[in-house]
Amino acid sequence: MLAAFAVLLLFQCLGEGIVFVFHLPLPGPVAGMLLLMAALLAMPKLQALVEGAANTLLSHLSLLFVPAGVGILVAASSGSGHWIAILASLVVSTVLALAVTGLILRGMGAASKDGDA
Amino acid sequence: MPDFAEFSHFWVYLSASPLLGLTMTLCAYLAAQRIFVLCKASPLANPVAIAVALVVAVLWLTGMSYERYFAGAQFVHFLLGPATVALAVPLVRQLPRLRRAALPLGAALLAGSVTAIVSAVVVALLLGATPELAYTLGPKSATSPIAMAVSERLGGIPALTAALVIGTGIFGAVFGRYVFMLLGIRSDAACGFALGLASHGIGTARAFQVSPEMGAFAGLAMGLNGALTALLAPWLVPLVMAWMS
Repeated sequence: MLAAFAVLLLFQCLGEGIVFVFHLPLPGPVAGMLLLMAALLAMPKLQALVEGAANTLLSHLSLLFVPAGVGILVAASSGSGHWIAILASLVVSTVLALAVTGLILRGMGAASKDGDA
Repeated sequence: MPDFAEFSHFWVYLSASPLLGLTMTLCAYLAAQRIFVLCKASPLANPVAIAVALVVAVLWLTGMSYERYFAGAQFVHFLLGPATVALAVPLVRQLPRLRRAALPLGAALLAGSVTAIVSAVVVALLLGATPELAYTLGPKSATSPIAMAVSERLGGIPALTAALVIGTGIFGAVFGRYVFMLLGIRSDAACGFALGLASHGIGTARAFQVSPEMGAFAGLAMGLNGALTALLAPWLVPLVMAWMS
């Protein structure tokens, strides 16, 4: 578990480093995720080492967004009276993005297995 | 008889240490999980939304500031980094399927990303929002570090963008299922990819509640759309605004 966590942190550091050096338009952790993917493909043994910790962390992904979510409280005052426009934009744009993305995947037959969201 | 002066001293001590924020976050999340299970895992009982509401209520009742709360909660917040790296594990597992569907996924990514950016700006401007707010809203489907950076570069309000990113995430996680049901989108891969694209990490968290496969596709879409939004939004948003005026 500890070794796995060290691996995750190590790849986050690597990701941050590469983003910093090459001025990539990515957050460091996303670059770290891509690097870890490459490493897992090159060394399948690594999979068994990180799997447990990775799955534990991902099964509680919701928890990790709580502190940032509470920050809404602070930002709520900076909307300067345009809340209807802001909420409408958020709702319409999110529904459209979900619909367009999902419909293209359905239309192009990327979907083969059934499931339920 | 309890000594209230002593208790208030204790409270001052406790609320000044990171312990309280951390404890509140964990307890609120456990309560939210419990409610989520009691509601038979309905997406309407979104654990992020419930936990945030609980913490906000406690902060409001006790008058504790967000900064004080975050001094403790930052330890949880920090884990978002390693958790993002950890998404590589389910992704590698789904890699053969990702490869086979590379073309549809690429097309869906491009169309979804452009839709998210353009529609957010157009709707906001139509309803009379200021250009500053349109800049703030443009990158809202990207994961928060990217969205904040793009918003700042465009001339938006990064702190408000961060809040809207969370709002977008919760909205998509809660209502995504109904959009998919209405449009007959059924596969885990398609639902997951759409959730991650439109609602980044919170959509991905929701997808993992349904299946690891849906989660893997959501995580992939979150990463790709973050990168694409960083590339597209800085010129797409001014373009739409010039066209609208």
